[in-house]
Amino acid sequence: MNGAQDLGGMMGFGPVVREPNEPVFHAEWEKRALGLTLAAAACGRWNIDRSRYARETLHPASYLTKSYYEIWIAGLEKLLMQTGMVRAEELRRGQALETAIAEPALPASAVAGVLAKGSPYSREAGSTPRFAVGQPVRTKVMNPTTHTRLPRYARGKGGIIDQVRGCFVFPDSNAESAGEDPQWCYSLRLSGRELWGMEADPTLFVIIDAFEPYLLPDE
Amino acid sequence: MASEAMGILPAEGWTAMASHDDHPPPDQPRGHEHAYSELSPIELRVRALESILSEKGYVETAAIDAIIETYEMKIGPRNGARVVARAWTDPQFKQRLLLDGAKAIAEEFGFGGRQGEYLMALENKPDVHNMVVCTLCSCYPWPLLGLPPVWYKSAPYRSRAVIDPRGVLKEFGVILPETTEIRVYDSTAELRYLVLPLRPAGTDGWDDDRLAALVTRDCMIGTGLPHPAQAATR
Repeated sequence: MNGAQDLGGMMGFGPVVREPNEPVFHAEWEKRALGLTLAAAACGRWNIDRSRYARETLHPASYLTKSYYEIWIAGLEKLLMQTGMVRAEELRRGQALETAIAEPALPASAVAGVLAKGSPYSREAGSTPRFAVGQPVRTKVMNPTTHTRLPRYARGKGGIIDQVRGCFVFPDSNAESAGEDPQWCYSLRLSGRELWGMEADPTLFVIIDAFEPYLLPDE
Repeated sequence: MASEAMGILPAEGWTAMASHDDHPPPDQPRGHEHAYSELSPIELRVRALESILSEKGYVETAAIDAIIETYEMKIGPRNGARVVARAWTDPQFKQRLLLDGAKAIAEEFGFGGRQGEYLMALENKPDVHNMVVCTLCSCYPWPLLGLPPVWYKSAPYRSRAVIDPRGVLKEFGVILPETTEIRVYDSTAELRYLVLPLRPAGTDGWDDDRLAALVTRDCMIGTGLPHPAQAATR
């Protein structure tokens, strides 16, 4: 969706501000936000793409003014309500009113193993890749209202296949909980001038990871 | 380069602990029994959420503590720095790293897992500089660099890295020759990138530990350069 998360190329946010000797977390609640998000996700009621979509569907004004972990918490609450794990009334009252619908999936003893293992997103391919390294392709012009990983700035642009990365779970489908629909993923090289016009820095290239359904052959 | 020193230095940063003053005593459950008056709305909201999820049995408080401890104390940019130093001293490892980063890193160091399932190294060359961003969210190689800093997740970086990387680099104190090709990798899928910076001059014969101390977090994102050899004398 064309939400506030799709920031590439936007202007007016000012300089990048770094914090010297920045701590990992800036408050106790940020730590809990991270831990809660990861632990609740382990219940398996949603996937990573759906959780990204939950954050992206925040109102743009809200997304742009909330801090990072505030966005996570808003996204987590949304997912918990969507899946019926928590009711709005429970959030309002700050206490559990109904019985649980899922088992706890992440005991403390399993945390190290689960984090070290990660979640594999690569899948066995059911087809051969449609495009080859060095081939010119063009990204589709598309504006889905659902989740996609093709940023706006890179739509309808011509580029060159730089690498075939492998076959992966397709976020556009996975975010809808409509199945993994594995797709080939390519590293796509786009020139700064193709993306931003002839005034752009001629030494700039942007490389995105693009799923096959985002691409068309280009002559 | 004065402003490079503003970035997190190798020896500190991820090991630095945030204030623990706000920790409840270990024997005291978190939740509504705490004094609300001193808490901000977001603190209240997160506490309420944790209390609901614990009460319903979806999450274990000790599991949340273990997750926090992992990313606050155990995993950070020192992991990535070790990988970079090894690539500088061991050409065979470097070759394996560039071929299949995740495999080489797992075999050599055992780093991997969440948000690092598909690690790729991007080699800087005298005429090519790589830089990593996630314009759509905050994708970052957790097992190698820990959790991303606030600036990496911020709108200014995510919006500008792809359209004005030289302007961003300038704010980081990095000025590259006009002819250097700049490759900005936008992490739009599940691949996670680590920049392999150029080895600083004057470090011939240095061992991995000494070299790793020159490797900053920012130079592995591509927004910085390693410390020069002279900076290492402490």
